[in-house]
Amino acid sequence: MPAFAIKADRDQLVTDRLTAAFGADLLSHERLYDVMCFTVVKERVHELLAFLKNELDFGFLTSICGMHHPGEALELGLVYHLHSMHNGHRIRVKTYMALKDPQVPTATDLWAGANWMEREAWDFFGIKAVGHPNLKRILNMEDFPAFPMRKDYPLEDPTRQDKNDSMFGR
Amino acid sequence: MSEGTKPDYWQRDVVDAGGLNELTTLNLGPTHPATHGIFQNVLTLDGEIIVSAEQTIGYIHRAFEKIAERRPFYQITTLTDRMNYCSAPINNMGWHMTVEKLCGIELPKRVEYMRVIVMELARIADHIICNTIIGQDAGATTPFLYVYQWREKIYEVYEEVCGARLTTNMGRIGGFERNFSDLAWQRIRAILKEFPPVLKEFEKLLVRNRIFMDRTINCGPFPADRALQYGCTGPNLRASGVDYDVRVADPYSSYSDFDFLVPVGQNGDVYDRFMVRQQEMWESLSIIRQAMEKLDKMADKTTFRADVPDWVLPPKEEVYNQMEALIYHFKIVMGETEVPRGEVYHCVEGGNGELGFYLVSDGGRTPFRLHLRRPCFIYYQAFPEIAKGGLLSDAILTMSSMNVIAGELDA
Repeated sequence: MPAFAIKADRDQLVTDRLTAAFGADLLSHERLYDVMCFTVVKERVHELLAFLKNELDFGFLTSICGMHHPGEALELGLVYHLHSMHNGHRIRVKTYMALKDPQVPTATDLWAGANWMEREAWDFFGIKAVGHPNLKRILNMEDFPAFPMRKDYPLEDPTRQDKNDSMFGR
Repeated sequence: MSEGTKPDYWQRDVVDAGGLNELTTLNLGPTHPATHGIFQNVLTLDGEIIVSAEQTIGYIHRAFEKIAERRPFYQITTLTDRMNYCSAPINNMGWHMTVEKLCGIELPKRVEYMRVIVMELARIADHIICNTIIGQDAGATTPFLYVYQWREKIYEVYEEVCGARLTTNMGRIGGFERNFSDLAWQRIRAILKEFPPVLKEFEKLLVRNRIFMDRTINCGPFPADRALQYGCTGPNLRASGVDYDVRVADPYSSYSDFDFLVPVGQNGDVYDRFMVRQQEMWESLSIIRQAMEKLDKMADKTTFRADVPDWVLPPKEEVYNQMEALIYHFKIVMGETEVPRGEVYHCVEGGNGELGFYLVSDGGRTPFRLHLRRPCFIYYQAFPEIAKGGLLSDAILTMSSMNVIAGELDA
Protein backbone atom coordinates (compact mmCIF):
# COMPACT_ATOMS: atom_id res chain seq x y z
CA MET A 1 0.00 0.00 0.00
CA PRO A 2 1.26 3.49 -0.71
CA ALA A 3 2.12 5.46 2.35
CA PHE A 4 -0.65 7.88 3.03
CA ALA A 5 -0.52 9.70 6.29
CA ILE A 6 -2.94 8.45 8.93
CA LYS A 7 -3.50 10.73 11.88
CA ALA A 8 -4.32 7.96 14.32
CA ASP A 9 -4.26 10.08 17.47
CA ARG A 10 -6.54 12.74 16.01
CA ASP A 11 -8.85 10.07 14.65
CA GLN A 12 -9.05 8.53 18.10
CA LEU A 13 -9.70 11.87 19.77
CA VAL A 14 -12.51 12.79 17.38
CA THR A 15 -14.03 9.33 17.67
CA ASP A 16 -13.98 9.47 21.46
CA ARG A 17 -15.49 12.92 21.64
CA LEU A 18 -18.21 12.14 19.13
CA THR A 19 -19.10 8.83 20.74
CA ALA A 20 -19.35 10.53 24.11
CA ALA A 21 -21.49 13.36 22.79
CA PHE A 22 -23.79 11.49 20.42
CA GLY A 23 -23.96 7.97 21.79
CA ALA A 24 -26.27 5.72 19.83
CA ASP A 25 -27.09 8.44 17.30
CA LEU A 26 -23.60 8.02 15.93
CA LEU A 27 -24.43 4.93 13.93
CA SER A 28 -20.95 3.90 12.91
CA HIS A 29 -17.38 4.98 12.64
CA GLU A 30 -14.69 3.36 10.57
CA ARG A 31 -11.47 4.30 8.88
CA LEU A 32 -11.62 3.95 5.11
CA TYR A 33 -8.13 4.33 3.72
CA ASP A 34 -6.79 7.46 5.38
CA VAL A 35 -10.04 9.10 6.43
CA MET A 36 -12.33 8.42 9.38
CA CYS A 37 -15.98 8.16 8.38
CA PHE A 38 -18.78 8.84 10.81
CA THR A 39 -22.39 8.01 10.08
CA VAL A 40 -24.96 9.90 12.05
CA VAL A 41 -28.75 9.96 12.09
CA LYS A 42 -29.96 12.82 9.97
CA GLU A 43 -31.86 14.51 12.79
CA ARG A 44 -28.60 15.25 14.55
CA VAL A 45 -26.32 15.89 11.61
CA HIS A 46 -26.43 19.65 12.02
CA GLU A 47 -25.67 19.35 15.70
CA LEU A 48 -22.75 17.06 14.89
CA LEU A 49 -21.35 19.41 12.25
CA ALA A 50 -21.64 22.35 14.63
CA PHE A 51 -19.91 20.30 17.33
CA LEU A 52 -17.10 19.41 14.96
CA LYS A 53 -16.73 22.98 13.83
CA ASN A 54 -16.85 24.64 17.22
CA GLU A 55 -15.37 22.05 19.54
CA LEU A 56 -13.00 20.06 17.40
CA ASP A 57 -11.60 22.72 15.11
CA PHE A 58 -13.03 21.44 11.82
CA GLY A 59 -13.39 24.94 10.48
CA PHE A 60 -13.23 24.15 6.79
CA LEU A 61 -15.96 22.49 4.76
CA THR A 62 -14.29 20.78 1.83
CA SER A 63 -17.29 19.41 0.03
CA ILE A 64 -20.83 18.12 0.29
CA CYS A 65 -22.07 15.51 -2.10
CA GLY A 66 -25.14 13.36 -2.49
CA MET A 67 -25.26 9.58 -2.73
CA HIS A 68 -27.86 7.13 -3.89
CA HIS A 69 -27.92 3.48 -2.86
CA PRO A 70 -30.99 1.97 -4.48
CA GLY A 71 -32.61 -0.91 -2.66
CA GLU A 72 -31.61 0.13 0.82
CA ALA A 73 -34.07 1.34 3.43
CA LEU A 74 -32.38 4.70 3.59
CA GLU A 75 -31.58 5.21 -0.06
CA LEU A 76 -30.25 8.73 -0.22
CA GLY A 77 -27.17 9.92 1.51
CA LEU A 78 -25.27 13.11 2.02
CA VAL A 79 -21.51 13.07 2.53
CA TYR A 80 -19.63 15.94 4.11
CA HIS A 81 -15.88 16.25 3.97
CA LEU A 82 -14.48 18.37 6.74
CA HIS A 83 -10.95 19.58 7.19
CA SER A 84 -9.14 20.84 10.22
CA MET A 85 -6.38 22.90 8.70
CA HIS A 86 -4.55 23.43 11.99
CA ASN A 87 -4.18 19.72 12.53
CA GLY A 88 -3.96 18.69 8.90
CA HIS A 89 -6.81 16.31 9.55
CA ARG A 90 -9.73 15.32 7.35
CA ILE A 91 -12.87 13.43 8.25
CA ARG A 92 -16.00 12.36 6.46
CA VAL A 93 -19.50 12.60 7.86
CA LYS A 94 -22.36 10.70 6.32
CA THR A 95 -26.04 10.74 6.89
CA TYR A 96 -28.74 8.70 5.20
CA MET A 97 -32.41 9.31 4.58
CA ALA A 98 -35.39 7.60 3.00
CA LEU A 99 -36.40 8.43 -0.55
CA LYS A 100 -39.80 9.55 0.69
CA ASP A 101 -38.42 12.08 3.10
CA PRO A 102 -35.22 13.50 1.64
CA GLN A 103 -34.67 16.33 4.07
CA VAL A 104 -31.66 17.36 6.09
CA PRO A 105 -31.02 20.53 8.04
CA THR A 106 -28.92 23.00 6.09
CA ALA A 107 -25.29 23.68 6.90
CA THR A 108 -25.33 27.16 5.39
CA ASP A 109 -25.48 28.74 8.83
CA LEU A 110 -22.18 27.06 9.67
CA TRP A 111 -20.39 27.58 6.36
CA ALA A 112 -21.38 30.08 3.71
CA GLY A 113 -19.80 27.78 1.16
CA ALA A 114 -22.39 25.09 1.84
CA ASN A 115 -24.85 27.13 -0.19
CA TRP A 116 -24.00 25.91 -3.67
CA MET A 117 -22.94 22.48 -2.49
CA GLU A 118 -26.41 21.90 -1.06
CA ARG A 119 -28.01 23.34 -4.15
CA GLU A 120 -26.00 20.83 -6.15
CA ALA A 121 -27.20 18.00 -3.91
CA TRP A 122 -30.78 19.21 -4.42
CA ASP A 123 -30.30 19.57 -8.16
CA PHE A 124 -28.86 16.11 -8.70
CA PHE A 125 -30.29 13.98 -5.91
CA GLY A 126 -33.36 15.86 -4.71
CA ILE A 127 -32.01 16.17 -1.20
CA LYS A 128 -33.71 19.11 0.40
CA ALA A 129 -31.65 21.24 2.76
CA VAL A 130 -34.20 22.59 5.19
CA GLY A 131 -33.53 26.21 6.03
CA HIS A 132 -31.44 26.90 2.95
CA PRO A 133 -31.80 30.53 1.85
CA ASN A 134 -32.09 29.87 -1.87
CA LEU A 135 -32.67 26.22 -2.61
CA LYS A 136 -33.10 25.90 -6.35
CA ARG A 137 -31.40 24.02 -9.13
CA ILE A 138 -27.91 25.12 -9.94
CA LEU A 139 -26.41 23.33 -12.93
CA ASN A 140 -29.50 21.91 -14.61
CA MET A 141 -32.29 24.03 -16.02
CA GLU A 142 -35.02 25.13 -13.65
CA ASP A 143 -37.77 22.95 -15.11
CA PHE A 144 -35.69 19.80 -15.42
CA PRO A 145 -38.08 16.95 -14.66
CA ALA A 146 -35.82 14.61 -12.68
CA PHE A 147 -32.96 14.31 -10.25
CA PRO A 148 -30.40 13.01 -12.70
CA MET A 149 -27.72 11.59 -10.43
CA ARG A 150 -30.11 9.11 -8.89
CA LYS A 151 -29.28 5.65 -10.07
CA ASP A 152 -32.68 5.09 -11.69
CA TYR A 153 -32.14 7.98 -14.08
CA PRO A 154 -30.70 6.52 -17.27
CA LEU A 155 -27.56 8.04 -18.68
CA GLU A 156 -28.75 7.59 -22.23
CA ASP A 157 -32.11 7.75 -23.86
CA PRO A 158 -33.68 4.40 -22.89
CA THR A 159 -35.70 4.22 -26.11
CA ARG A 160 -32.63 3.93 -28.29
CA GLN A 161 -32.41 0.62 -30.08
CA ASP A 162 -29.20 1.08 -32.03
CA LYS A 163 -26.86 0.90 -29.15
CA ASN A 164 -26.33 -1.92 -26.73
CA ASP A 165 -23.69 -1.12 -24.21
CA SER A 166 -24.91 -3.38 -21.47
CA MET A 167 -21.53 -5.10 -21.64
CA PHE A 168 -19.77 -1.88 -20.85
CA GLY A 169 -20.00 -0.40 -17.43
CA ARG A 170 -23.17 -0.67 -15.48
CA MET B 1 -0.20 51.58 -1.41
CA SER B 2 0.76 55.10 -0.51
CA GLU B 3 -1.85 57.01 1.43
CA GLY B 4 -4.10 59.47 -0.24
CA THR B 5 -3.34 58.48 -3.80
CA LYS B 6 -6.55 56.60 -4.37
CA PRO B 7 -10.02 57.35 -3.16
CA ASP B 8 -11.49 54.40 -1.40
CA TYR B 9 -14.17 53.41 -3.87
CA TRP B 10 -14.31 49.99 -2.44
CA GLN B 11 -17.16 49.01 -0.16
CA ARG B 12 -18.75 52.37 -0.67
CA ASP B 13 -22.20 52.40 0.83
CA VAL B 14 -25.08 52.94 -1.46
CA VAL B 15 -26.71 56.15 -0.28
CA ASP B 16 -30.35 55.57 0.32
CA ALA B 17 -32.06 58.47 -1.37
CA GLY B 18 -35.38 57.75 0.24
CA GLY B 19 -36.71 55.46 -2.43
CA LEU B 20 -35.46 57.68 -5.21
CA ASN B 21 -32.47 55.48 -6.06
CA GLU B 22 -32.59 54.44 -9.66
CA LEU B 23 -31.50 50.87 -9.84
CA THR B 24 -30.40 49.35 -13.10
CA THR B 25 -30.38 45.67 -13.89
CA LEU B 26 -27.50 44.59 -16.05
CA ASN B 27 -26.83 41.21 -17.52
CA LEU B 28 -23.15 40.48 -17.46
CA GLY B 29 -22.87 37.42 -19.60
CA PRO B 30 -23.57 34.58 -20.42
CA THR B 31 -21.37 35.41 -23.40
CA HIS B 32 -19.54 38.52 -22.42
CA PRO B 33 -15.95 38.99 -23.53
CA ALA B 34 -14.94 40.08 -20.05
CA THR B 35 -16.20 37.00 -18.26
CA HIS B 36 -13.78 34.71 -20.13
CA GLY B 37 -16.22 31.85 -20.05
CA ILE B 38 -19.90 31.13 -20.24
CA PHE B 39 -21.63 32.18 -17.06
CA GLN B 40 -24.10 34.87 -16.28
CA ASN B 41 -24.25 37.55 -13.64
CA VAL B 42 -27.40 39.57 -13.16
CA LEU B 43 -26.14 42.74 -11.55
CA THR B 44 -28.25 45.35 -9.86
CA LEU B 45 -26.52 48.68 -10.09
CA ASP B 46 -27.03 52.02 -8.45
CA GLY B 47 -25.18 54.24 -10.83
CA GLU B 48 -21.93 52.37 -11.16
CA ILE B 49 -21.99 50.70 -7.78
CA ILE B 50 -23.02 47.09 -7.49
CA VAL B 51 -25.93 46.59 -5.12
CA SER B 52 -26.32 42.87 -5.67
CA ALA B 53 -25.23 40.16 -8.04
CA GLU B 54 -26.96 36.93 -8.86
CA GLN B 55 -25.12 34.24 -10.70
CA THR B 56 -26.47 31.71 -13.12
CA ILE B 57 -24.13 28.88 -13.95
CA GLY B 58 -24.41 25.55 -15.68
CA TYR B 59 -24.22 26.69 -19.29
CA ILE B 60 -21.62 24.09 -20.13
CA HIS B 61 -22.64 21.44 -17.64
CA ARG B 62 -21.74 18.07 -19.14
CA ALA B 63 -22.69 15.71 -16.31
CA PHE B 64 -19.19 14.32 -15.78
CA GLU B 65 -20.14 12.71 -12.51
CA LYS B 66 -22.97 10.81 -14.19
CA ILE B 67 -20.90 9.85 -17.23
CA ALA B 68 -18.15 8.62 -14.91
CA GLU B 69 -20.57 6.07 -13.47
CA ARG B 70 -20.65 4.37 -16.85
CA ARG B 71 -17.00 4.51 -17.72
CA PRO B 72 -14.11 2.30 -16.69
CA PHE B 73 -11.46 4.05 -14.66
CA TYR B 74 -8.98 4.60 -17.45
CA GLN B 75 -11.60 6.35 -19.60
CA ILE B 76 -12.42 8.93 -16.96
CA THR B 77 -9.11 10.70 -17.50
CA THR B 78 -10.54 12.37 -20.58
CA LEU B 79 -13.38 13.81 -18.52
CA THR B 80 -11.00 15.39 -16.05
CA ASP B 81 -9.17 17.19 -18.88
CA ARG B 82 -12.24 19.19 -19.55
CA MET B 83 -12.66 20.61 -16.09
CA ASN B 84 -9.90 23.17 -15.73
CA TYR B 85 -8.66 22.97 -19.28
CA CYS B 86 -5.99 25.59 -18.57
CA SER B 87 -4.09 23.07 -16.48
CA ALA B 88 -5.43 19.74 -17.70
CA PRO B 89 -2.38 17.63 -16.71
CA ILE B 90 -2.94 18.44 -13.01
CA ASN B 91 -6.50 17.13 -13.30
CA ASN B 92 -5.27 14.01 -15.12
CA MET B 93 -2.61 13.29 -12.53
CA GLY B 94 -5.04 13.95 -9.70
CA TRP B 95 -7.40 11.35 -11.11
CA HIS B 96 -4.64 8.79 -11.67
CA MET B 97 -3.45 9.27 -8.12
CA THR B 98 -6.98 8.76 -6.80
CA VAL B 99 -7.25 5.40 -8.51
CA GLU B 100 -3.73 4.50 -7.43
CA LYS B 101 -4.69 5.25 -3.86
CA LEU B 102 -7.77 3.05 -4.19
CA CYS B 103 -5.83 0.17 -5.71
CA GLY B 104 -2.71 0.57 -3.59
CA ILE B 105 -0.34 1.21 -6.46
CA GLU B 106 3.00 2.64 -5.48
CA LEU B 107 4.93 4.60 -8.06
CA PRO B 108 8.68 4.69 -8.63
CA LYS B 109 10.29 7.97 -7.62
CA ARG B 110 11.26 8.73 -11.18
CA VAL B 111 7.64 8.66 -12.33
CA GLU B 112 6.57 10.84 -9.43
CA TYR B 113 9.19 13.44 -10.31
CA MET B 114 8.12 13.34 -13.95
CA ARG B 115 4.58 13.97 -12.79
CA VAL B 116 5.73 16.85 -10.65
CA ILE B 117 7.41 18.39 -13.69
CA VAL B 118 4.29 18.30 -15.85
CA MET B 119 2.07 19.41 -13.02
CA GLU B 120 4.24 22.42 -12.31
CA LEU B 121 4.44 23.26 -16.01
CA ALA B 122 0.66 23.12 -16.04
CA ARG B 123 0.50 25.42 -13.04
CA ILE B 124 2.73 27.92 -14.80
CA ALA B 125 0.54 27.75 -17.92
CA ASP B 126 -2.56 28.26 -15.77
CA HIS B 127 -1.10 31.24 -13.94
CA ILE B 128 0.19 32.77 -17.17
CA ILE B 129 -3.37 32.78 -18.47
CA CYS B 130 -4.83 34.26 -15.32
CA ASN B 131 -2.21 36.92 -14.73
CA THR B 132 -1.93 38.14 -18.29
CA ILE B 133 -5.72 38.37 -18.43
CA ILE B 134 -5.73 40.46 -15.26
CA GLY B 135 -3.36 42.77 -17.14
CA GLN B 136 -5.59 42.67 -20.19
CA ASP B 137 -8.70 43.56 -18.19
CA ALA B 138 -6.83 46.37 -16.49
CA GLY B 139 -5.96 47.76 -19.90
CA ALA B 140 -2.48 46.35 -20.44
CA THR B 141 -2.64 44.30 -23.61
CA THR B 142 1.10 43.89 -24.13
CA PRO B 143 1.74 41.15 -21.52
CA PHE B 144 -1.23 39.17 -22.76
CA LEU B 145 0.17 39.03 -26.26
CA TYR B 146 3.79 38.73 -25.22
CA VAL B 147 3.83 36.27 -22.33
CA TYR B 148 1.08 34.12 -23.78
CA GLN B 149 3.46 32.54 -26.24
CA TRP B 150 5.13 30.82 -23.29
CA ARG B 151 1.96 28.97 -22.64
CA GLU B 152 2.40 27.79 -26.20
CA LYS B 153 5.90 26.52 -25.38
CA ILE B 154 4.50 24.61 -22.44
CA TYR B 155 1.85 23.11 -24.70
CA GLU B 156 4.64 21.99 -26.98
CA VAL B 157 6.05 20.02 -24.06
CA TYR B 158 2.65 18.40 -23.48
CA GLU B 159 2.51 17.62 -27.17
CA GLU B 160 5.82 15.81 -26.99
CA VAL B 161 4.87 13.97 -23.80
CA CYS B 162 1.38 12.80 -24.75
CA GLY B 163 0.53 14.03 -28.23
CA ALA B 164 -2.18 16.50 -27.23
CA ARG B 165 -2.09 20.13 -26.29
CA LEU B 166 -5.17 21.37 -24.50
CA THR B 167 -7.20 18.38 -23.38
CA THR B 168 -4.17 16.31 -22.73
CA ASN B 169 -5.38 12.93 -21.43
CA MET B 170 -1.83 12.64 -20.18
CA GLY B 171 -0.44 9.64 -18.40
CA ARG B 172 -2.06 6.42 -17.34
CA ILE B 173 -3.13 4.95 -14.07
CA GLY B 174 0.24 3.86 -12.69
CA GLY B 175 2.52 6.15 -14.65
CA PHE B 176 2.91 7.50 -18.13
CA GLU B 177 2.11 5.98 -21.49
CA ARG B 178 5.72 6.35 -22.62
CA ASN B 179 8.99 7.79 -21.49
CA PHE B 180 9.66 11.47 -22.07
CA SER B 181 11.50 11.83 -25.36
CA ASP B 182 14.77 13.70 -25.72
CA LEU B 183 12.90 16.48 -27.45
CA ALA B 184 10.57 16.80 -24.47
CA TRP B 185 13.52 17.17 -22.10
CA GLN B 186 15.09 19.70 -24.45
CA ARG B 187 11.91 21.73 -24.49
CA ILE B 188 11.61 21.66 -20.71
CA ARG B 189 15.21 22.78 -20.38
CA ALA B 190 14.60 25.54 -22.90
CA ILE B 191 11.66 26.79 -20.83
CA LEU B 192 13.74 26.73 -17.66
CA LYS B 193 16.41 28.76 -19.41
CA GLU B 194 14.39 31.20 -21.46
CA PHE B 195 11.19 31.75 -19.51
CA PRO B 196 12.60 33.41 -16.34
CA PRO B 197 13.88 36.52 -18.18
CA VAL B 198 10.47 36.88 -19.82
CA LEU B 199 8.71 36.49 -16.50
CA LYS B 200 10.99 39.13 -15.05
CA GLU B 201 10.19 41.47 -17.88
CA PHE B 202 6.50 40.79 -17.37
CA GLU B 203 6.89 41.75 -13.74
CA LYS B 204 8.72 44.89 -14.78
CA LEU B 205 5.71 45.85 -16.86
CA LEU B 206 3.14 45.42 -14.12
CA VAL B 207 4.33 44.79 -10.57
CA ARG B 208 5.52 48.31 -9.74
CA ASN B 209 3.50 49.99 -12.45
CA ARG B 210 1.71 52.95 -10.89
CA ILE B 211 -1.38 52.59 -13.08
CA PHE B 212 -1.67 48.86 -12.51
CA MET B 213 -1.15 49.23 -8.76
CA ASP B 214 -3.73 51.97 -8.45
CA ARG B 215 -6.13 49.90 -10.44
CA THR B 216 -5.72 46.65 -8.52
CA ILE B 217 -4.74 47.43 -4.94
CA ASN B 218 -7.83 47.50 -2.74
CA CYS B 219 -9.89 46.24 -5.63
CA GLY B 220 -12.08 43.30 -4.63
CA PRO B 221 -10.54 42.52 -1.24
CA PHE B 222 -11.65 39.41 0.57
CA PRO B 223 -10.69 38.83 4.20
CA ALA B 224 -9.31 35.46 5.24
CA ASP B 225 -12.17 34.47 7.54
CA ARG B 226 -14.76 35.02 4.81
CA ALA B 227 -12.61 33.18 2.30
CA LEU B 228 -12.45 30.19 4.63
CA GLN B 229 -16.19 30.39 5.25
CA TYR B 230 -16.75 30.16 1.52
CA GLY B 231 -14.40 27.23 1.09
CA CYS B 232 -11.91 29.17 -1.04
CA THR B 233 -8.67 27.37 -1.71
CA GLY B 234 -5.61 27.87 -3.83
CA PRO B 235 -4.17 31.24 -4.84
CA ASN B 236 -7.41 33.02 -3.94
CA LEU B 237 -7.23 31.82 -0.34
CA ARG B 238 -3.50 32.39 -0.10
CA ALA B 239 -3.95 35.95 -1.33
CA SER B 240 -6.10 36.52 1.74
CA GLY B 241 -3.24 35.36 3.92
CA VAL B 242 -3.95 31.70 4.67
CA ASP B 243 -0.97 29.51 3.83
CA TYR B 244 -2.97 26.46 2.83
CA ASP B 245 -1.45 24.56 -0.05
CA VAL B 246 -2.32 20.90 -0.61
CA ARG B 247 1.22 20.23 -1.82
CA VAL B 248 2.44 21.09 1.67
CA ALA B 249 -0.53 20.13 3.83
CA ASP B 250 -1.05 16.69 2.27
CA PRO B 251 1.99 16.03 0.12
CA TYR B 252 1.36 13.75 -2.83
CA SER B 253 3.61 12.60 -5.64
CA SER B 254 6.77 13.20 -3.55
CA TYR B 255 6.20 16.94 -3.14
CA SER B 256 7.77 16.60 0.29
CA ASP B 257 11.12 16.05 -1.45
CA PHE B 258 11.12 19.58 -2.78
CA ASP B 259 12.03 22.84 -1.20
CA PHE B 260 9.61 25.60 -2.07
CA LEU B 261 7.77 28.51 -0.54
CA VAL B 262 4.04 29.06 -0.27
CA PRO B 263 3.53 32.71 -1.11
CA VAL B 264 0.70 34.50 0.70
CA GLY B 265 -0.89 37.89 0.35
CA GLN B 266 -2.51 40.18 2.88
CA ASN B 267 -5.79 41.72 1.78
CA GLY B 268 -6.93 39.22 -0.80
CA ASP B 269 -7.39 41.97 -3.35
CA VAL B 270 -6.72 41.70 -7.06
CA TYR B 271 -3.12 42.79 -6.64
CA ASP B 272 -2.49 40.14 -3.98
CA ARG B 273 -4.04 37.45 -6.11
CA PHE B 274 -1.87 38.57 -9.00
CA MET B 275 1.27 38.61 -6.86
CA VAL B 276 0.58 35.22 -5.29
CA ARG B 277 0.24 33.66 -8.72
CA GLN B 278 3.32 35.49 -9.89
CA GLN B 279 5.40 34.16 -6.99
CA GLU B 280 3.99 30.69 -7.49
CA MET B 281 5.33 30.67 -11.03
CA TRP B 282 8.82 31.29 -9.66
CA GLU B 283 8.35 28.54 -7.10
CA SER B 284 7.10 26.20 -9.81
CA LEU B 285 10.17 26.91 -11.89
CA SER B 286 12.31 26.14 -8.88
CA ILE B 287 10.45 22.87 -8.27
CA ILE B 288 10.93 21.82 -11.89
CA ARG B 289 14.63 22.64 -11.66
CA GLN B 290 14.96 20.58 -8.48
CA ALA B 291 13.10 17.69 -10.06
CA MET B 292 15.37 17.79 -13.10
CA GLU B 293 18.42 17.70 -10.84
CA LYS B 294 17.04 14.74 -8.95
CA LEU B 295 16.27 12.94 -12.19
CA ASP B 296 19.74 13.67 -13.56
CA LYS B 297 21.27 12.05 -10.49
CA MET B 298 19.23 8.89 -10.95
CA ALA B 299 20.85 6.03 -12.77
CA ASP B 300 17.48 4.89 -14.04
CA LYS B 301 16.49 6.72 -17.22
CA THR B 302 13.85 4.40 -18.56
CA THR B 303 11.18 3.73 -15.94
CA PHE B 304 7.98 5.55 -16.77
CA ARG B 305 5.35 3.44 -15.04
CA ALA B 306 4.81 1.28 -12.02
CA ASP B 307 5.30 -2.43 -12.40
CA VAL B 308 1.69 -3.42 -11.77
CA PRO B 309 0.49 -5.06 -14.97
CA ASP B 310 -2.99 -5.57 -13.56
CA TRP B 311 -3.56 -1.84 -13.66
CA VAL B 312 -1.22 -0.12 -16.07
CA LEU B 313 -2.18 -0.27 -19.72
CA PRO B 314 0.87 -1.67 -21.51
CA PRO B 315 2.42 0.30 -24.39
CA LYS B 316 0.96 -0.50 -27.79
CA GLU B 317 4.17 -2.03 -29.21
CA GLU B 318 4.13 -4.58 -26.41
CA VAL B 319 0.42 -5.27 -26.91
CA TYR B 320 1.07 -6.14 -30.53
CA ASN B 321 4.18 -8.19 -29.93
CA GLN B 322 3.94 -9.86 -26.53
CA MET B 323 1.37 -12.37 -25.42
CA GLU B 324 1.33 -11.23 -21.80
CA ALA B 325 0.90 -7.57 -22.61
CA LEU B 326 -1.99 -8.43 -24.91
CA ILE B 327 -3.67 -10.39 -22.13
CA TYR B 328 -3.29 -7.58 -19.65
CA HIS B 329 -4.46 -5.04 -22.18
CA PHE B 330 -7.56 -7.11 -22.81
CA LYS B 331 -8.18 -7.62 -19.10
CA ILE B 332 -7.95 -3.92 -18.32
CA VAL B 333 -10.05 -2.80 -21.26
CA MET B 334 -12.75 -5.40 -20.65
CA GLY B 335 -12.78 -4.71 -16.94
CA GLU B 336 -11.63 -8.12 -15.79
CA THR B 337 -9.37 -6.82 -13.07
CA GLU B 338 -10.60 -6.88 -9.50
CA VAL B 339 -11.12 -3.36 -8.19
CA PRO B 340 -11.03 -3.04 -4.41
CA ARG B 341 -14.22 -1.97 -2.71
CA GLY B 342 -13.90 1.19 -0.74
CA GLU B 343 -13.94 4.89 -0.90
CA VAL B 344 -11.09 7.35 -1.17
CA TYR B 345 -10.77 11.06 -1.18
CA HIS B 346 -7.71 12.41 -2.87
CA CYS B 347 -6.92 16.01 -3.54
CA VAL B 348 -4.25 17.83 -5.45
CA GLU B 349 -3.35 21.48 -5.65
CA GLY B 350 -4.87 22.45 -8.96
CA GLY B 351 -4.34 25.75 -10.69
CA ASN B 352 -7.24 27.19 -8.73
CA GLY B 353 -7.03 25.32 -5.46
CA GLU B 354 -7.92 22.03 -3.89
CA LEU B 355 -9.11 19.75 -6.64
CA GLY B 356 -10.63 16.74 -4.92
CA PHE B 357 -11.84 13.39 -6.16
CA TYR B 358 -14.18 11.45 -3.94
CA LEU B 359 -14.33 8.00 -5.44
CA VAL B 360 -16.68 5.32 -4.18
CA SER B 361 -16.02 1.91 -5.62
CA ASP B 362 -18.24 -1.11 -5.14
CA GLY B 363 -15.80 -3.40 -6.88
CA GLY B 364 -17.36 -2.86 -10.27
CA ARG B 365 -15.75 -1.89 -13.51
CA THR B 366 -16.76 1.74 -13.12
CA PRO B 367 -16.97 3.98 -10.08
CA PHE B 368 -20.14 3.62 -8.07
CA ARG B 369 -19.98 7.33 -7.48
CA LEU B 370 -17.41 9.95 -8.33
CA HIS B 371 -17.72 13.36 -6.84
CA LEU B 372 -15.49 16.09 -8.16
CA ARG B 373 -14.61 18.87 -5.78
CA ARG B 374 -14.00 21.67 -8.24
CA PRO B 375 -12.37 24.65 -6.54
CA CYS B 376 -13.97 27.14 -8.97
CA PHE B 377 -17.46 25.93 -8.24
CA ILE B 378 -16.95 26.45 -4.56
CA TYR B 379 -15.21 29.81 -4.48
CA TYR B 380 -17.19 31.45 -7.25
CA GLN B 381 -20.22 31.62 -4.97
CA ALA B 382 -18.34 34.25 -2.98
CA PHE B 383 -18.35 36.61 -5.94
CA PRO B 384 -21.52 38.59 -5.02
CA GLU B 385 -20.12 39.26 -1.58
CA ILE B 386 -16.80 40.43 -3.00
CA ALA B 387 -18.37 42.53 -5.74
CA LYS B 388 -21.03 44.16 -3.60
CA GLY B 389 -20.43 47.84 -2.96
CA GLY B 390 -17.75 48.04 -5.60
CA LEU B 391 -17.71 49.48 -9.06
CA LEU B 392 -18.75 47.54 -12.12
CA SER B 393 -15.32 47.83 -13.71
CA ASP B 394 -13.73 46.51 -10.52
CA ALA B 395 -16.09 43.55 -10.54
CA ILE B 396 -14.77 42.58 -13.96
CA LEU B 397 -11.23 42.71 -12.71
CA THR B 398 -12.16 40.79 -9.56
CA MET B 399 -13.74 38.08 -11.64
CA SER B 400 -10.72 37.65 -13.87
CA SER B 401 -8.38 37.62 -10.87
CA MET B 402 -10.43 34.83 -9.29
CA ASN B 403 -9.70 32.82 -12.43
CA VAL B 404 -13.14 31.32 -12.84
CA ILE B 405 -12.88 28.62 -15.48
CA ALA B 406 -16.29 27.70 -16.85
CA GLY B 407 -15.34 24.10 -17.49
CA GLU B 408 -14.42 23.57 -13.89
CA LEU B 409 -17.36 25.58 -12.62
CA ASP B 410 -19.92 23.43 -14.39
CA ALA B 411 -18.20 20.07 -14.73
